[in-house]
Amino acid sequence: MADDREREGTEIAVAEFHKKIKEAFEVFDHESNNTVDVREIGTIIRSLGCCPSEGELHDLIAEVEEEEPTGYIRYEKFLPVMTQVLLERRYRPIPEDILLRAFEVLDPAKRGFLSKEELIKYMTEEGEPFSQEEMEEMLSAAIDPESNSIHYKDYITMMVIDEN
Amino acid sequence: MGSGTSTQHHFAFQNAEKAFKAAALIQRWYRRYMARLEMRRRCTWSIFQSIEYAGQQDQVKLHDFFSYLMDHFTPSSHNERDFLSRMFTEERLPQDSEMEGCRDYDCIEVPDSYMGPRLSFPLLPDHATALLEAFRLKQLHARYVLNLLHETRKYLVQLPNINRVSTCYSEEITVCGDLHGQLDDLIFIFYKNGLPSPERAYVFNGDFVDRGKDSLEILMVLFAFMLVYPKEFHLNRGNHEDHMVNLRYGFTKEVMHKYKTHGKKILKVLQDVFCWLPLATLVDEKVLILHGGVSDKTDLELLSKLDRHKIVSAMRCKTRKENEKQAEKGKANQTGSAGKPSPWFLPQSHSLPSSPLRLGSHKAHKDSRSSSVPCSIPPNPQELSRQVRRSVDLELERCRQQAGFPVIKEKKEEPLLFSSEADSEAGELLQPTQEEWRQVVDILWSDPMAQEGCKANTVRGGGCYFGPNVTEQLLQKYNLQFLIRSHECKPEGYEFCHSRKVLTIFSASNYYEVGSNRGAYVKLGPALTPHIVQYQANKATHMLTMRQRISRVEESALRALRGKLFAHSSDLLGEFKKHDKDKTGLITLSDWAAAVESVLHLGLPWRMLRPQLVNSSTDNMLEYKSWLEDLAKEQLSHENIQSSLLETLYRNRSNLETIFRIIDSDHSGFISLDEFRQTWKLFSSHMKIDITDDCICDLARSIDFNKDGHIDINEFLEAFRLVEQSCSEGNASECPQATNANSGYSRPDAH
Repeated sequence: MADDREREGTEIAVAEFHKKIKEAFEVFDHESNNTVDVREIGTIIRSLGCCPSEGELHDLIAEVEEEEPTGYIRYEKFLPVMTQVLLERRYRPIPEDILLRAFEVLDPAKRGFLSKEELIKYMTEEGEPFSQEEMEEMLSAAIDPESNSIHYKDYITMMVIDEN
Repeated sequence: MGSGTSTQHHFAFQNAEKAFKAAALIQRWYRRYMARLEMRRRCTWSIFQSIEYAGQQDQVKLHDFFSYLMDHFTPSSHNERDFLSRMFTEERLPQDSEMEGCRDYDCIEVPDSYMGPRLSFPLLPDHATALLEAFRLKQLHARYVLNLLHETRKYLVQLPNINRVSTCYSEEITVCGDLHGQLDDLIFIFYKNGLPSPERAYVFNGDFVDRGKDSLEILMVLFAFMLVYPKEFHLNRGNHEDHMVNLRYGFTKEVMHKYKTHGKKILKVLQDVFCWLPLATLVDEKVLILHGGVSDKTDLELLSKLDRHKIVSAMRCKTRKENEKQAEKGKANQTGSAGKPSPWFLPQSHSLPSSPLRLGSHKAHKDSRSSSVPCSIPPNPQELSRQVRRSVDLELERCRQQAGFPVIKEKKEEPLLFSSEADSEAGELLQPTQEEWRQVVDILWSDPMAQEGCKANTVRGGGCYFGPNVTEQLLQKYNLQFLIRSHECKPEGYEFCHSRKVLTIFSASNYYEVGSNRGAYVKLGPALTPHIVQYQANKATHMLTMRQRISRVEESALRALRGKLFAHSSDLLGEFKKHDKDKTGLITLSDWAAAVESVLHLGLPWRMLRPQLVNSSTDNMLEYKSWLEDLAKEQLSHENIQSSLLETLYRNRSNLETIFRIIDSDHSGFISLDEFRQTWKLFSSHMKIDITDDCICDLARSIDFNKDGHIDINEFLEAFRLVEQSCSEGNASECPQATNANSGYSRPDAH
C-alpha cells in the first residue's frame, strides 16, 4: 500500500517536473524544433532550481549531447536526464549562511569586506575562474564605489532579497 | 624546526584548498543567480511581445468587424443608415477637391508671440537642422505643419513605389528601423552618425509614429530632411503609417492633443501623405529594404506597377469585386484570388488557429497546417462567396436580435454600399484589387520564421510568416544580396536570420520600458557589407546594473500582465472552478497554470512566472477566490465595485477607445450617447460580451459626466475608473462583491 502511494506520489511529481522542464526549455527553443543551443543549457538547468558547478554542468551536458556534438541539445534527450536530476534533488542551491562562510574564508582578518583587487584575484584565479565579462558584471553590482570594496554580508542580503 | 615548517606547509596547503573551495562556491552561486536573471529577462520579453501582438490581433478583429458591417449590414431604418454611414465615411479616399480645401494654410495666422521655427519653402538644410533643435523646446505652428505636409505630399507623389538608390553618389548609406515616436532616439542617431547630407545618405524603414510621444515631431524632421536632400534621404512606409492603426496606438490622440484647432486637418492630410510613402527602397539593385517582410507570392514587378495611393489602410479594404466583374464578362480571373476576405469569426474552410501564438514557438501552427502550404490558396471563390453569404445572413440575424434591432423581413441578395451611386462608380475604379492589397500588406506586416515555408501571420492578423526558402527564392529571382527589414523589436536592436540573408533593424531603444532593449542602425559600406551600431538613448540605464534594469522592466511587464489577468477575472474563476470539483476553494498551482493559459492564450511560461504573480499559496495549493480578489484590489482603489462591468471595460479598453475615435469621425472629441450605445450594443453582442441593456444605458450615462447627452472621449479615458466614481457616491457596502463576477451587472440595493 505504502509502496503504491509512494509510486503515485512520484508519478505526480514527475508529471509536474516534466511541465516545468518543458516550459524552461521552450523559452530557449527559438526555432520551435525542440532543440536549444548547448550554450543555453546551463541557464535552463539553473533556472529550474539547480546549482551545479561548471564541472558538474559539463558532465551533465555530456550526458545530453549527441554522440557527434552538433552544438544543439534535443529535448528528447534532455527531458529524462533533467527529470532524474530533479527527482534526486541534485545540485542543491547554497544556503545563505554557507555562502557567508565562504566569503569569510577569503577574509581571514574578519574585516567584513574584501577589496576590489582581492575579489578580482579570487574570482579570476581560484575555483572555476570567471570570464572577464562575468567579473565586470559582478563588480558593477557588488563594489561600493566609495570604499572600492565589497561588503559581502550586505551584498548577499541584497542578492537574496532580489531572488525572492 | 622541520616539523614546524611542514605544519606551516600543511596549514598553508589547507588554507589554499579552503580558499579554492570558497571561491568555487561563490562562483557557483553567482552563476546560478545570473542564469535566473537571464531567464527572468527572457520571460519579461515574452510577456511584452505577446501582449503587444495580442493587441494587434484584437485591432484586426475589431476592424474586420467593421468591415463586415460595412459590407453586409443592410440598415433597417433611416437612423441606422445614417449612423453607420457616418461611421464609415472616412473610408472614402480624399478627393482632390477636399485636398484643395486643406491647402488654405496660407490663411492661418501665426501670432507674433510664436517663438518657434518659421518655415519657408523651398526648405534649406539649415531649416531642417533648426527644426531638430527647436523640437526640444517648442512646437511647430499648425500653419507650418500643414505647409510642410503639403510640400511633402507634392514631392512623394512623383516617387516610384520602389525607390532605387545608388551608393556611388553618397559614400555610405545608413538604414534605421522603427522609431515609434521616440524623438530622443532620432536625435541620438543624428548626433552619433551625423546629420543627413549629400555625402551621408539615410533610409528610414517605416513605423515613425505611434506609441511614443513625439511622433509628429519625428515626421516633421524626417519630411524636412527628405525635402532638403531628396536624392539622399529616403522613407519607406511602415504598417503604422496607417490612419486606422493610428486610432488605436496613440498617434491620432497625440495630434489632436497638440493641435486642438487644426488637428483634424492635419490628420486628414497625413492620411493621404501616408498612402504616398514609397513601399520599399532598393540599394544598388542588391539590397532590398522594406518594413515587414515578404511572402512566397511577393512580386516586385506588380508592386512597382500598382497605384500605392489606393492602399489607404491595411485594416479595411474595399476591393474591387473581381467575381462580379468576372461573371459579367465571362472571363477567367488572372490573379486567382477570392472575391472577399471571409470574416474571421465565421467557420473557415482553411482554418487558421484562432488563438495568438507564443512568439518563437509556432506549435499550434504545426499541428493544424502543413508547413509548406502557401498563404493564399482559398477554395473555389464562387463557393466561398456562397458559403460566406449564407453564414453572414445567419450571423446578421443573430447579432440583430441580440442587439435589439428590428428584424429585416426582406433579405436583399446584394449588400448595400453606403456611398451614392455616382460615388460608387468612381469609388470602384479607385479601389485596389485583392491581389494588390495583399501584396502591400505582405510587405508591411510579415515576419521571418525559422521553419521553411510560408504561413499566415495570425499573431498580428496580417501578412505572413516567411521561411528561409522564401527569402532564398526571392533573392535569387531578383538577383539580390540580402533583405533589410524592421517591424519587430529585438533586445539588441538588430538580428540576423536566414543565414544572414535577412537583417532586422529596430531603432527605438527602451521600446517596452526603460532598459528593455537597445536600438540600432546599420551602415552599408563598400560592397554593401553591413556594419551595425547599437545604442540605448537613456542616460539612466547606463547607471543601473543589469539586475536593476531587468527588475524595472520586469515589474512593468508584470503590472501589464496582472492587468490582463484582472480583465479576465470571470473567465478565470469559471476555469478555476472546473479544477475544483470538490468545491474546496483550493486548486493546485499546476492547475492554476493550466487554467490561466487556457483563458489568456498568451503562450507564456506560467510556472516560471508564478512566484511573481501568486504570493499567497501554501503547500502548493491556492485559494483562488482570494487571489482574484487581491488582483482586483490592486487594480481598483475601491474595494467594493461592480467589477464585472469594470472588468469588461478593462478588457475592451483599447477597442472602446478605437470605437470612440471611429465614431468621432470629425475628431471633435465628442460622441453622442446614442451613437455610443448603438455601437457598443452591436459590438458586444458580436463579441459575445454578456451585458444587459440596463447596463449599457447606465454605462453610457455614467460616462456622460456633465449630463449633456455627449461623451467627452478624453474625459472618459482619463478618468477610467468611472464605476468607482459612481459607486463612491452611493453606499459602498451595497455594491456587489468582486467575486460575484459572473452574475452580470446587478444594481446596488436602494435602501
